[in-house]
Amino acid sequence: MASSDVKLIGAWASPFVMRPRIALNLKSVPYEFLQETFGSKSELLLKSNPVHKKIPVLLHADKPVCESNIIVEYIDDTWSSSGPSLLPSDPYDRAMARFWAAYIDEKWFVVLRSFLKAGGEEEKKSVIAQLEEGNAFLEKAFIDCSKGKPFFNGDNIGYLDIALGCFLAWLRVTELAASHKILDEAKTPSLSKWAENFCNDPAVKPVMPETAKLAEFAKKIFPRPEA
Amino acid sequence: MADKVILLDFWPSPFGVRARIALREKGVEFEYREENLRDKSPLLLQMNPVYKKIPVLIHNGKPVCESMNVVQYIDEVWSDKNPILPSDPYQRAQARFWVDFVDTKLYEPADKIWQTKGEEQETAKKEYIEALKILESELGDKPYFGGDTFGFVDIAMTGYYSWFEASEKLANFSIEPECPTLMASAKRCLQRESVVKSLHDSEKILAFAYKIRKIYCV
Repeated sequence: MASSDVKLIGAWASPFVMRPRIALNLKSVPYEFLQETFGSKSELLLKSNPVHKKIPVLLHADKPVCESNIIVEYIDDTWSSSGPSLLPSDPYDRAMARFWAAYIDEKWFVVLRSFLKAGGEEEKKSVIAQLEEGNAFLEKAFIDCSKGKPFFNGDNIGYLDIALGCFLAWLRVTELAASHKILDEAKTPSLSKWAENFCNDPAVKPVMPETAKLAEFAKKIFPRPEA
Repeated sequence: MADKVILLDFWPSPFGVRARIALREKGVEFEYREENLRDKSPLLLQMNPVYKKIPVLIHNGKPVCESMNVVQYIDEVWSDKNPILPSDPYQRAQARFWVDFVDTKLYEPADKIWQTKGEEQETAKKEYIEALKILESELGDKPYFGGDTFGFVDIAMTGYYSWFEASEKLANFSIEPECPTLMASAKRCLQRESVVKSLHDSEKILAFAYKIRKIYCV
């Protein structure tokens, strides 16, 4: 199939935008990256996602697809003969992948994000405790889904790897701010090894923001009161 | 080996009903098990340790949780009959998008309608109607969100349709004048065989709604 007209509206710092970028890389689909300016929304974004007005938005032959995990599935469905499958073939394994991806967005990430907004020490401690509880769930999920292979999706990165892995840079920024290892090798050895493999994958490296750059950006959008 | 399908559920649940509808659309034999949500069974806690919620589909001993995830699973396993999701990738993405919209934009206001009163309830009603209007705009002049056929988004919405009457009576408002074409589609869905067999009558749901409202001291 000829290279189709694929554009992605997004921003370098957004973990949600990273998801379709990794998926497109895995499928070797060339695309034009339309970077939004932080603090304002382009006409194209507002027109393409009138319901939520959020990034990422994939434009495929000018037809918009919104919501990051939905875009990843769309990429997998559309370029199904290109590159490895992003979702497992067995319906039960697919249901597990979707379940955990939704958990990550609705519970785990909500907690992670709340750390950078957290006020006092007590609040921060509570957030870390919740994150660590979530990590324990994810460690077990990894063991169940990966079945001994390096990724949730098996031999290759897939939907669930992308759903969680996109947050690793923000996780590192949070660890720096907390002076505390949240993804701890001692507590979650499999997940920690997975994180390392994920970050080193050639489809991920070009789109994973550098921790230092992201930390600077975080200071701008989550201003801390002076100590 | 015959499939063993168990559904852990709660009779008035707008989420549980989605799973029941999907199973009946596919003609799947299943064992329905009523959960007492104030005294959850060890099986439920074991099968859904993350959320401890219904519905949980247990297929040959393996659990699937989260209602629309259950519906998708049912569609993929029993793929020979009555497809729930469209086959075209773009249409599938659109169906998933709107189900995500239903579950993120209707959920909270719908809950607040029967959990609150006064100002808070008025705000909830407004948000609920606003979200329904966006959905109505997406429906357009199609009989169903799925087009000519009852599909993924319709199943998601039927959970909420089943509570429309109770919500209207509890909060003293009417959805039909605000969203006439959505209501027409709702009526169509509520008459479907798989839905009729899966739903308890609206009087029962209303009585239940009044009961829980008392528990919330409203």
